[in-house]
Amino acid sequence: MSPIITAQKLSHHFGEGRLQKQVLFDIDLEINSGEIVILTGPSGSGKTTLLTLLGGLRAAQSGSLKILDQEILGASKRALIKLRRNIGYIFQAHNLLSFLTAKQNVRMSLELHPHFLGQDLDAVASDMLTAVGLGERIDYYPAELSGGQRQRVAIARSLASHPKIVLADEPTAALDKQSGRDVVEIMQRLAKEQGCTILLVTHDNRILDIADRTLYMEDGMLMKPPSLGLAA
Amino acid sequence: MRRPNFLKKTPLAWLQVTRERTRLMVAIAGIAFADMLIFIQMGFEGALYDAAIQPHRNLQADLVLINPQMQTLFSVKSFPRNRLYQTLGHPDVASVSGVYIATGQWKNPATTQERAILVWGIDPANPSFKFPEVNQNLNQIQPLNQVLFDQAGRPEYGLTATEFEQTGAFATELNDKRVTVKGLFTNGASFAADGNVIASDSTFLQLFPSRSPDQLEVGLINLKPGADLEQVQAALAAALPNDVLIGSPEDFAQIERDYWANGTGIGFIFGLGVGVGFIVGIVIVYQILYSDVSEHLPEYATLKAMGYTDNYLLGVLFQESLLLAVLGYLPSIALAFGLYQLAFSATMLPIAMTTRRAITVLILTIMMCSISGGIALRKLRAADPADIF
Ligand SMILES: Nc1ncnc2c1ncn2[C@@H]1O[C@H](COP(=O)(O)OP(=O)(O)OP(=O)(O)O)[C@@H](O)[C@H]1O
Ligand SMILES: [Mg+2]
Repeated sequence: MSPIITAQKLSHHFGEGRLQKQVLFDIDLEINSGEIVILTGPSGSGKTTLLTLLGGLRAAQSGSLKILDQEILGASKRALIKLRRNIGYIFQAHNLLSFLTAKQNVRMSLELHPHFLGQDLDAVASDMLTAVGLGERIDYYPAELSGGQRQRVAIARSLASHPKIVLADEPTAALDKQSGRDVVEIMQRLAKEQGCTILLVTHDNRILDIADRTLYMEDGMLMKPPSLGLAA
Repeated sequence: MRRPNFLKKTPLAWLQVTRERTRLMVAIAGIAFADMLIFIQMGFEGALYDAAIQPHRNLQADLVLINPQMQTLFSVKSFPRNRLYQTLGHPDVASVSGVYIATGQWKNPATTQERAILVWGIDPANPSFKFPEVNQNLNQIQPLNQVLFDQAGRPEYGLTATEFEQTGAFATELNDKRVTVKGLFTNGASFAADGNVIASDSTFLQLFPSRSPDQLEVGLINLKPGADLEQVQAALAAALPNDVLIGSPEDFAQIERDYWANGTGIGFIFGLGVGVGFIVGIVIVYQILYSDVSEHLPEYATLKAMGYTDNYLLGVLFQESLLLAVLGYLPSIALAFGLYQLAFSATMLPIAMTTRRAITVLILTIMMCSISGGIALRKLRAADPADIF
């Protein structure tokens, strides 16, 4: 299988001058198409920073980073925006637009892709919501949904346009055990159906088993997990 | 027909503006209030000018002669009558007639209170005004001390049109001399005069004994059919000494208008009122847009993370301001119509909505909302998707 994400000697700094602080150190990473990879590590180790770099939300500073066969280091803002359209995000907070219904929220991601405009957007969005088990709640506003349901809308939104990569940052952190489990299982199922790649940051030991592979990060470096018990 | 792609997209600005009803209502009320302020200021300003030049525009003349010093009916200046007769030397001048103007004291017979009124002395043999009611009743003012009364003047003069029509007669004192009202016409009160009375030139000279018959306030010149107005005006201006000014009735009206607009603080005060309304509007719309943007900052950042461009979000913000502008403007123009009606019946000022003013205020509202949107935009730039993970 060919790698869909390749990082070589990727480093990242925050701040400037004497306040400069390095948070990522020479990251080497390959993720293959269709893989589900979990990234864990202590708080402040640089997981979110790595994820924002992979997603084109932050400009890469040094080393090399190739996503979908495109070099990200030194890429233009336009190129980054284009890249973002091929990546689905799931945030710790659901970040749904509060003034849009579940269906309209999902549509917002479809409308970025010209080829969907030829289709019945409402039908595509409704199907997607049904797939995450929200067929009955299509026209609800986020305020009328539970935390787990909102997170499922967020999953529907990020997967509706069939992105090649899904990046998820602690998607289950705000959910109870059962809803958290449901949410990742939905993600896993849809990803397998669509053949998309998932990189998931989590502290939640109970969901490690859905991954094909687990990465561990500490102090800005990828390393072997401290105890074998953590690995699936 | 296939729907164009932009119509298939979710109307984000509309959904955001309409989702929170209370905030929308506050926004509409705020913008409508600001627009009302502007409409009222502009309405009164326009009415003041229109009222002030109403008589000028109703003069029956192709050209008028005035003293160059004369700026307003409020303080008239006269010129020698011979100057008017001199113009008859031009082959294209058909007829001329003189108009006397002075302020007299009109007694309300019911209260015996006196009030200043503008008295016009005209030649009863020729129409000096375009008012049909005046021209039909010219023979009524031929006898001495018979006058025509402006029914659109202030009610404090003690004459009401309905009462007059029933009794057909009204007598009172003007400058302590007995006069009888023989007919009504409609001109209206202005800031220069609360009311108007038209009398014959002989009656006028009786009412104002100190006035010399050889000094006129306005000379009316009527040309022969087919005459070239501009050419005659230029020829007369060249021939006459510069103790008189020749121009069209509209030129005369504009002198009066300029006096009120620029020679007094009135134009400035109304302009200030419009400015205050405009700034009130900016502040209100800014408040609304700013809280909208700040509340939805993580959501806007999410849209950017999904691949929406800065320009898209900018567009949404400007659509929102445009929507608010239109939604606030519509009730304000309806209210302004009502208020103008109210002000008209209370003051008799010719205050009315004009297309030009309606468009001006719409443009001002859109500017108001765009400026607010522009300021709120700075907040939108803070929506950085790197910070929301
Ligand atoms: N915008 C920023 N400016 C400066 N320093 C930052 C910024 N964002 C993160 N950092 C620092 O970079 C380091 C890594 O942060 P990061 O958010 O990547 O950690 P994390 O592994 O995601 O932690 P957690 O598990 O708590 O989410 C931290 O020490 C943090 O203080
Ligand atoms: Mg983090």
